[in-house]
Amino acid sequence: MPKSLTPRLAALRDEIHGYAKEFGLDFFDTVFEMVSYDEMNMVAAYGGFPTRYPHWRWGMEYEQLAKGYEYGLSKIYELVINNDPCYAYLMESNPEVDQKLVMAHVYGHCDFFKNNFSFRHTNRRMIDEMANHATRVRRWVDKIGVEKVEDFIDRTLSLENLIDQHSPHIRRNPDPRRAEDELKANERVEGFKVGREYMRGYINPSEFLDSQRKKVEDEKQRAKKFPERPQRDVLLFLLEEAPLEPWESDILAILREEAHYFAPQGQTKIMNEGWASYWHSTIMTRRALRDDEIIDYADHHSGTMGTRPGAINPYKLGIELWRDIEERWNKGRFGKEWDECDDLRARRSWDKKSGAGREKIFEVRKHYNDITFIDTFLTPEFAMEQKLFVYGFNDKRNSWEILDREFRKVKSKLLQGLTNFGQPIIEVVDGNHENRGELLLAHKHDGQDLKGDYARETLKNLQSLWRRPVNIITRYDNKGVMLRFDGTTQTEKKVEL
Amino acid sequence: MTLKIHQDHSRFKQIVRGKIKANLRKYVQKGEMIGKKGKDAISIPIPFIDIPRFKYGHKEQGGVGQGEGEVGQQLGPGAVEPGEGHQAGQGEGDHALEVDVTLEELAQILGEELSLPNIERRHNEKIVTQKIRYTGINTTGPESLRHFKRTFKQALRRQIAAGTYDPARPVIIPTREDRRYRSYKLQDLPETNAVIIYMMDVSGSMGDEQKEIVRIESFWLDTWLRHQYKGLEARYIIHDAVAREVDRDTFFHTRESGGTMISSAYKLCRDIILADYPKSAWNIYPFHFSDGDNWSADDTRQCIEMLRNDVLPNVNQFAYGQVESPYGSGQFIKDLREAVGDTPNVALSEIADKDAIYASIKDFLGKGR
Repeated sequence: MPKSLTPRLAALRDEIHGYAKEFGLDFFDTVFEMVSYDEMNMVAAYGGFPTRYPHWRWGMEYEQLAKGYEYGLSKIYELVINNDPCYAYLMESNPEVDQKLVMAHVYGHCDFFKNNFSFRHTNRRMIDEMANHATRVRRWVDKIGVEKVEDFIDRTLSLENLIDQHSPHIRRNPDPRRAEDELKANERVEGFKVGREYMRGYINPSEFLDSQRKKVEDEKQRAKKFPERPQRDVLLFLLEEAPLEPWESDILAILREEAHYFAPQGQTKIMNEGWASYWHSTIMTRRALRDDEIIDYADHHSGTMGTRPGAINPYKLGIELWRDIEERWNKGRFGKEWDECDDLRARRSWDKKSGAGREKIFEVRKHYNDITFIDTFLTPEFAMEQKLFVYGFNDKRNSWEILDREFRKVKSKLLQGLTNFGQPIIEVVDGNHENRGELLLAHKHDGQDLKGDYARETLKNLQSLWRRPVNIITRYDNKGVMLRFDGTTQTEKKVEL
Repeated sequence: MTLKIHQDHSRFKQIVRGKIKANLRKYVQKGEMIGKKGKDAISIPIPFIDIPRFKYGHKEQGGVGQGEGEVGQQLGPGAVEPGEGHQAGQGEGDHALEVDVTLEELAQILGEELSLPNIERRHNEKIVTQKIRYTGINTTGPESLRHFKRTFKQALRRQIAAGTYDPARPVIIPTREDRRYRSYKLQDLPETNAVIIYMMDVSGSMGDEQKEIVRIESFWLDTWLRHQYKGLEARYIIHDAVAREVDRDTFFHTRESGGTMISSAYKLCRDIILADYPKSAWNIYPFHFSDGDNWSADDTRQCIEMLRNDVLPNVNQFAYGQVESPYGSGQFIKDLREAVGDTPNVALSEIADKDAIYASIKDFLGKGR
């Protein structure tokens, strides 16, 4: 079981804590606990939490982590939970310099969790909440049976990415246009304007009014869509509208809540890891390192920052971008004058000594997420310096290759990968499709096709929750396709878009 | 100490086992699994254990990378590994999950799925060997077994207790009493011994496909018999018109062009048994694979005679698998069936193609001998 820190480590923690405060980091109380590698793997398999509902996929995760550790391929250094107080885990067997690095890194994360706007609506008592979820699910397992519950969880997990990551920030108002239409419709039923009261019966005979009223009524009925507007939060829609058993609703609600909890971490991965790395690097190199620890520290730091051609390392990209922003604002490399200067030499030696870098990065960590962060601060110079490129699959050569180093393409590919976590955007369009209670989803196609076999399997799982047939409109090879599963057979037909 | 995760972990393993069982027929036919065999475990790709989602095909998607290289340059193999962590939202991964299963477990699954009976051992008397196990620590022993760490610790402990330890100058000097030695125990290891003698026809009519079938088949036979006996030996004989003993690698990769005289193999097999494997101590399993196109009826007669007189009385079971080939007449299995088909310790099986391997394993192992 997790242990509290040894006196020696507690002293180190106090030291690092002091540096973090000194640099102006602002975080919830942070509790460090010592765990063995086995416990570390467990907590990591649980997505960072000490307790989760029972499910085989944690076991799968655990198997992979444990294997990776035993073969010496990988090792988890740090785990921190966005909670108030923050919880962070240190591995018993790590050398002291690693523990210091991890502590400094963790304070960076905690500062980010507390201050970044994306986390404004997250539950800060999630550890308790997750434990409650576990208890609830276990109770259902006892009542309903493990097979059934597990099967339902599997199906629901298959839809887990169909949430609206922005929904916690949205407060919906009734659509003003609808109210207007309603008013107009009512007017029409009153009939034509009548100047003389005794003429009313002639100008607006009651049969005419009745027929008008019926027409309006029909129109309204037709216009009344369900859902009123396309719904991105498919899980919510299912929760409200699907004919679920009480235990099913409860589990669905649990999984949806957990998915929403993790969403902002996905939205800020590059910023958050970069921020924490920036601070462990700053704190360690400016304050905390002892002479004899430098080599080990440099080794581990560079290990974390390592890149390989086929992927973006969020730690590396993040820390470099933060440093770039700091430098640019230190040297006044922003604003109209800078943008308009195209003398390369002048740009290279540009230094207004504004010294506003630190202040700027603290501001940025508050108001941005990965998408706006990249969109605003990724410059052509930076992309070149970091040697960023777009890669793609070459079918003819059957291999991955570098496609382009052009700045705009790199940036847009990067942003594309971040939009909606690089997941397709899918909405509920109609919950009463063809007036037969069928469910109709639409995939907002952005140039990338859905993975076909996965889509069909997912559709099956969706159908099992909705009970009635389900359909999804998407595009393959630029042609509109509607996939359908009615509970027994899969069908596919062309549709006009 | 038990961790909560172990419950989820064993549930996961249970599911994996179920998946393997459900797909066993497919795995049995596939040859590629054999290449993944480690010392005592094998990794099996499990389809669809990851949860399906609406998502992009990774190849469709591409991504952004970082590093040197000209436009058009290929990224090295393994450079793009979807599903590995550290990629901010860049697709999740198409890789099938590879799960390690011990051969022991695989054999169990095979046994359950094909409902194979456990083999009735012909020899219950066990050959006992003794093995040295280093299990303890002693204060006396030969210097070659001195346990340095324990000795050092002991000395350190003594010096601290005596107050002669100086942290500023941490010199530890072990005395005679500090020395610790590894000590061993002799353990009796029961062993039941078995030998498989594989024989294969490598004449011109046996093509690559036929050999592949033999290779796959032999993997499963090995796995099962290894599960049944501790200490399994294997011998390999190839033959066309003459037979010779080879190692495993040569066995599967030799191609000759000559004619076929099966009797040559049976003769060698007999000689090996007589020379190395006394009936009283060994469980013996000859397996012979051929396309059934023997040189002459005369040779076939010789074969049957040798089987009857020298081989069958000495072995647990003699098995003959006839692999179908476009050239073979397939006469041999008919002759065998006629002559020794009723003998209880003979198993005959016709293997038309890879699909038939599954059934033929059952033919071979279903008798429980």
